Amino acid sequence: MMADGLIAAAILGVALATIASRGTFTAVALFIAYGLLLSFAWVRLGAIDIALTEAAIGAGLSGALLLGAASRVAGRGAAMDRRPGRAMTVAIALGCAGVTAALAAAILLLPDPAPSLAPQVAANIGATGLGNPVAAVLMSFRGLDTLLESAVLVLAVIAAWSLAPDDAWGGKPGPMQPVLADGPLALLARLLPPLGILVAVHVLWIGKDAPGGKFQAAAILAAMWMLPWMAGRVVPPPISARWLRVAVAAGPALFIAIGLAGWMTQGAFLAYPPGLALPLIMVVEIALTASIAIALALLVIGPPGRRA
Amino acid sequence: MTATVFGLVGALLTGIGLFGLLARPEPLLRILAFNVLGGGIFLVFGAVARRGAGAGFAGDPVPQAIILTGIVVAFAATTLAVALLLRIASDDESDPS
Repeated sequence: MMADGLIAAAILGVALATIASRGTFTAVALFIAYGLLLSFAWVRLGAIDIALTEAAIGAGLSGALLLGAASRVAGRGAAMDRRPGRAMTVAIALGCAGVTAALAAAILLLPDPAPSLAPQVAANIGATGLGNPVAAVLMSFRGLDTLLESAVLVLAVIAAWSLAPDDAWGGKPGPMQPVLADGPLALLARLLPPLGILVAVHVLWIGKDAPGGKFQAAAILAAMWMLPWMAGRVVPPPISARWLRVAVAAGPALFIAIGLAGWMTQGAFLAYPPGLALPLIMVVEIALTASIAIALALLVIGPPGRRA
Repeated sequence: MTATVFGLVGALLTGIGLFGLLARPEPLLRILAFNVLGGGIFLVFGAVARRGAGAGFAGDPVPQAIILTGIVVAFAATTLAVALLLRIASDDESDPS
């Protein structure tokens, strides 16, 4: 109870400071703290899978992305709109307070006992061969959501790349990174990837029975690619490289193919044949991890830009 | 009890994020505010998942899985927003008119 109160107060304080901060750098630093504190809240809510994802993606990858953006718009982070006037600000605050009040009322008036799908998951998890209920929902019971989500990442990469200026199309993604000869980043870029890759494979594999899985593993793998990139030791392939495009699309394509095979043999899209569910799920998990990792890294690195 | 506390925190974060999104004119702060807002919505949903704990699970795994999906989609949207912002900034730089 004490812990809940402290975590709640910290999250609210950091969120308010983010919104109120003057500089974009300060705001991003506070936002990273916000993501990490949120993962504590997820642990308290018994959602370890979400806590891992929030820390890896919500705080880690988002933090790297936003810090990079803050440094590139620094000095000319000019507002595109005028700041709202005093009366308008008060009106906005009242409206937002209304939204909060409505949500709070909804939380306080939730039905008791709460409706839950947990018993159905427990009753059917045996058919998937998985031990982690969240993984079973992601890969089997709500497999379509996961498929659409992996497609969203492919579309996001296409959309981000399409923002490249005409003369940079097909070139190397992201801003040019200077080669660092020494310093902490150069050391970590050489030291961490072997360990990080090992951790990612572990997180992927235990995800079938314990918290973990493809998203967390893919986020770690993406970070292990971005570290040497930031240190200038790895140059990302040009976006015209065919293998890169195939790699981004391969995981979702395999998932769709297995889904269609289920439609042909079992009569339902994404249905797994009895007895083959676990091997098929693990094959899709591994393929999706690779594709998602590359997509996440490409999204953080960004589209090709003009060379200065 | 924990579910109610964090559900209310989620409601407050939603309001805070929405206010930042509407009241702050700087584009990068709007992106941050959008993510604060998203975190609040996820937390409200997470409180609902926690209340559905049962059958030996600490929370209802179905909403938990959907939140996990949502975090990844929100990240994809954020990267796209940042890419748009940087493209607009670079166009302003090369074309001051």
